[in-house]
Amino acid sequence: MAHNAPHIIAPEGLADELRALVGADLLELIEAHDEMTLVVARDSLVRVMVKLRDGAAYQQLMEIAGVDYLDRAERFEVVYHLLSVTRNHRLRVKVGTDEANPVPSVTALWPVAGWLEREVYDMYGVIFAGNEDLRRILTDYGFSGYPQRKDFPLSGYVELRYSEEDKRVVYEPVKLAQDFRNFDFMSPWEGAHYVLPGDEKAPENASEKKA
Amino acid sequence: MSAEILEQADPLASGKRKITVGNGAGSDIDGIENYTVNFGPQHPAAHGVLRLVMEMDGEIVERCDPHIGLLHRGTEKLIEHKTYLQALPYFDRLDYCSPLGMEHSYVLAIEKLLDLEVPLRAQYLRVFFAELTRICNHMLNLGSHVMDVGAMTPNLWLFEIREDCLNFFERASGARMHSAYFRPGGVHQDVPLKLLTDIGDWLDTRLPRLFEDAMSLVIDNRIFKQRNVDIAVVSKEDALRWGFSGPMIRGSGIPWDIRKAQPYDVYDRMEFDVPVGTNYDCYDRFMVRVEEVRQSARIMKQCLQQMPEGPIASLDRKVVPPKRGEMKSSMEALIHHFKLYTEGFHVPAGEVYVATESPKGEFGVYLVSDGSNKPYRCKIRPTAFSHLQAMDFLMKGHMLADVTAVLGAMDIVFGECDR
Repeated sequence: MAHNAPHIIAPEGLADELRALVGADLLELIEAHDEMTLVVARDSLVRVMVKLRDGAAYQQLMEIAGVDYLDRAERFEVVYHLLSVTRNHRLRVKVGTDEANPVPSVTALWPVAGWLEREVYDMYGVIFAGNEDLRRILTDYGFSGYPQRKDFPLSGYVELRYSEEDKRVVYEPVKLAQDFRNFDFMSPWEGAHYVLPGDEKAPENASEKKA
Repeated sequence: MSAEILEQADPLASGKRKITVGNGAGSDIDGIENYTVNFGPQHPAAHGVLRLVMEMDGEIVERCDPHIGLLHRGTEKLIEHKTYLQALPYFDRLDYCSPLGMEHSYVLAIEKLLDLEVPLRAQYLRVFFAELTRICNHMLNLGSHVMDVGAMTPNLWLFEIREDCLNFFERASGARMHSAYFRPGGVHQDVPLKLLTDIGDWLDTRLPRLFEDAMSLVIDNRIFKQRNVDIAVVSKEDALRWGFSGPMIRGSGIPWDIRKAQPYDVYDRMEFDVPVGTNYDCYDRFMVRVEEVRQSARIMKQCLQQMPEGPIASLDRKVVPPKRGEMKSSMEALIHHFKLYTEGFHVPAGEVYVATESPKGEFGVYLVSDGSNKPYRCKIRPTAFSHLQAMDFLMKGHMLADVTAVLGAMDIVFGECDR
């Protein structure tokens, strides 16, 4: 451990304690980079969180992050970061979901979850069952689409300007003055996903044979 | 009657009134329902573009619904399309009042994934400038908090100190605000000795004189106390439930400071005290920040005493680009330079959550890497988001004029809240 990031020391025997505490709801316990992650079943989330808060002293919910993995069957991961100020430890709890299946809300446990869930909903379209105020939060009034999804373009679909004729702000489809530039600086010798210039006539599986 | 008071108290808030007028003969006080008042988005005390939709019963706030996102720039989405090094300057622009505090979390997150060691001098420089950032940030916040509740002078005095801080940042990095000074593996440049001695002199003379002078106007001031004491009291339990951090949680009496609890860089070598509140109100939050300024100065002096000579960035050339002079003479250095500024470095697959004690509270970066040269996901945990969410809970039953005091004591910047 050479890095200088905040040093978090897990209390002795924490992994076993959490395994016993969460029980059958625990799908996987990952320890990497000195951080502990619990992957739990979606439907058991609230039950697990109550146990972690009241039984393992993780008093604070610091963050809820969404992550989009396009190639998974359940493409979204909702990641909860818990903090225990008494045991001085951080814990990550993950559930998987997709567009249709709602994640149970933890607003009853931590009121701070209200906005954090709203943000995940706004950015990914993940629905939280039990959050009574699930409105968009960061995007514009009347926005449509979920901008943090991996299949949402960086430029978005609409742009707005002030229209002198209408005397108000109007939305129009995005017009780019120059093509969207997304340079691929990945080294072509390390698994490029395109045909290298000069390699057009080479048999398609040539590179695989060499490897 | 109430409507008049309302407009006097806050002439800039545009009132959207719901008044059911009676038959004209009876008293119309009975006929008036709750008002809905719009505070902002353009209001000098909103600390940026905040819109508060408040339901008022006379001058008492019944419900407060903050509308945020007016400054949303899609930083997290942009970062996913940039290499790790290109993404760094976005962090300056989140909380533009304390840019280096934001960078600190990000570079530590990358270093944690790479498991990269940082030379000691670079660690000292980072802590040194992170604390200077804290002073700089608190000057702005303390000043604007005082101004929000009605005093003009201290703000102008504190801006003198802030101006000094910004000049020091400029001398270290070349930029007054958006320094991009912390880099994965260390800092960008070494600082000249004259700069360190100048800051040392400033810490001994100018800072305490100006700061204590300005504070002597405020902390025992009767009006300031009337506006802040017993306003928005938050118990320890509520502070935990609402995800408070930084001066907000310390103001509620919980001695939680990430610099002490989970030390990073050389904070474990520093001696400093963590101030906590006793009344848990806005005045305590203010006083916690005042004491933090003094403690920051103490940490900076220790840095100056202990800072060793040596390299200011890791010598791992697969992450940190070589010096320009070296690049002109060495072919290998040229290749490294070219590779790092086009392709960038690759970060091994994995995920980390790194939170540091930024001047405003816990600023976290949840970094997910897929092994490529760009972050797969970089979730930023802003401090203001959870604090502002508690606005409804804090304001319930308070007067309209307390809104500015509560907002001032929260220390909110919208670049960070909206991202």
